[in-house]
Parts: sequence; structure tokens; C-alpha cells
Amino acid sequence: MSADVQAVWQVGIELPPLTLPPVTRLDLIKYAGASGDFNPIHTIDAAAADAELPGVIQHGMLTMAKVGLLFSPYLESGFISLIEVRFAGMVAVGDQLTVSGQVTEIAKRDDETIAHIDVTVRNQRDQVMLAGQVEFRLFAAA
Amino acid sequence: MWQELLGARSRPAINWIERGAVRRFAEAIGDPHPLYLDEEAAKRSRHGGLIAPPTFGITLDYGGIDGLRLPETGLLHGEQRISAVRPLRVGEMIMGQDVFEHYYEKQGGRGLLTFLVFTQTGAAESGDVVLSMRKTLIITETVRRRWEG
Repeated sequence: MSADVQAVWQVGIELPPLTLPPVTRLDLIKYAGASGDFNPIHTIDAAAADAELPGVIQHGMLTMAKVGLLFSPYLESGFISLIEVRFAGMVAVGDQLTVSGQVTEIAKRDDETIAHIDVTVRNQRDQVMLAGQVEFRLFAAA
Repeated sequence: MWQELLGARSRPAINWIERGAVRRFAEAIGDPHPLYLDEEAAKRSRHGGLIAPPTFGITLDYGGIDGLRLPETGLLHGEQRISAVRPLRVGEMIMGQDVFEHYYEKQGGRGLLTFLVFTQTGAAESGDVVLSMRKTLIITETVRRRWEG
């Protein structure tokens, strides 16, 4: 594990936030195909209107997957052993999301280290779209 | 209608973690990490081979619960928990099973909300459960009324 990666896992450290490109309808269509979630409120305007939504909304699971991006730089040194989220708002086409995370605890047990991180996804109006916790389990030093 | 199905379990379903499915999923979530796509790079890593993204487990088949009926459209996803003993590995078999765990109703600002909670597990070929998920679905009053007709 390189020194700079290790330095991230300290209580209070904020992971470098990610601001993503605006959500497009094509993103939602691609995710529907790749995930098999064809609930039409994510892709078809009439179905969204039928469910009394202002327009198609992003799959919650796609917003959750974006949280994973925050941890991708560290995948050589561990993996997400827990991710638990609440979908707090509806993400619409055109929204620009920012994913952020802050380390709240480092738990050590035997030779195992687990970093606890509070994660949040906000839209361009700073409204919380997703809030939750991640546990990132670090591999023992080789 | 849902009350009597509480605790019902699906018939387990077999899944193969396919390389192409993982690649398409990684691309669709905007995370083309070499550990998901590049076999050689993945082999050299601590993971020892290609793995799937943390939320990939949502795409697996967990088997149908007999008698369970849900609206085909308008279901909302309220909460999701995914816990993993290790990442899913490309090429492995995962046996999925679904349990209808919990059901409750709550009065919200826009009417009655119905909450349905499912727990899904994925067991590896060894029989060890490597993936556990908990999913909370919400049905709004409008959707439920129309569906119940």
C-alpha cells in the first residue's frame, strides 16, 4: 500500500469530492439495460407523469453506484464491505451530482482495518439526494 | 395481502457472474476500473482476478417469491444496504435467495406510504454467504390505489 493511500484513512479526512457530468437520459437508458431495472419511471416520460413525478428520475441504485466511484482510487488496497444508503431526493435529467465522503472512524481488529466513511450525494442546488455510510475494509499489509 | 406473506422465501436462483455483464455495468455506472475490465491487471492485484463493482449484486436473480404481487410501475426505492464478505468475482456462481422481511404503512405528507422490506443473500459455490442486501421499497398512495383498482 503506498503511503499516500494510507494517509487517506484517518478520522476527519475528507475524500476528494467528485462532481459528475449532468445526468442524461442516455445514462438512465444504459443503466436500465446494464442492470435489468426497466421500471419505466426512469426512462419514459408518460410513466413518470403517471406516477406523479415531474419527469423521469435516475435509478436510486445508479446514484448509489456513483458513491462507489469515490472509493475506486483505493480498490487496490481494499474493498467496500458495507454500503448503506437512504435515497433522500429524486435525481432528474440535467442534475449535476457531487459525491463526497468523510472518514468518521478507523476500526482495527486483529490484523484487519476497516475505515468508516459518511457519504453524501448532493445536487447542484446543494440538496441531499443520498446519505449513508460506507465501510471500506483494507487488506492487511502484504 | 402482503401481511400473510411475511417471512416468505424465494426458491434460490443460480447466477453466473459474467464478464460481459460486469463490463457493461461498469461502463453504465461510469466506472471503467481496470479491476472490472482488464483481466491481466486484475490478476496482478490483491483481488487475484476480475471483480464486480460493489452494487453489481443488485442485478442478480434472487428467485421469485410465490404469490407476491407488486405494482409494475411507480415503485420507489427508499433505502438500500449491501454488505459483502468480499467482492463478487467474475466467473463464479452465486446462488441468490430473497426473503420478504417486513411490511408497514406510514402516513406521509402526500398520503399513505407502504413500505416493503426484502433481504437478499448471495451464496458462493462453497455455500458461504458472501453478499447480503436489504432493500426498502415504497409504494405511494396514488400508485397503490390505481394498482388495487
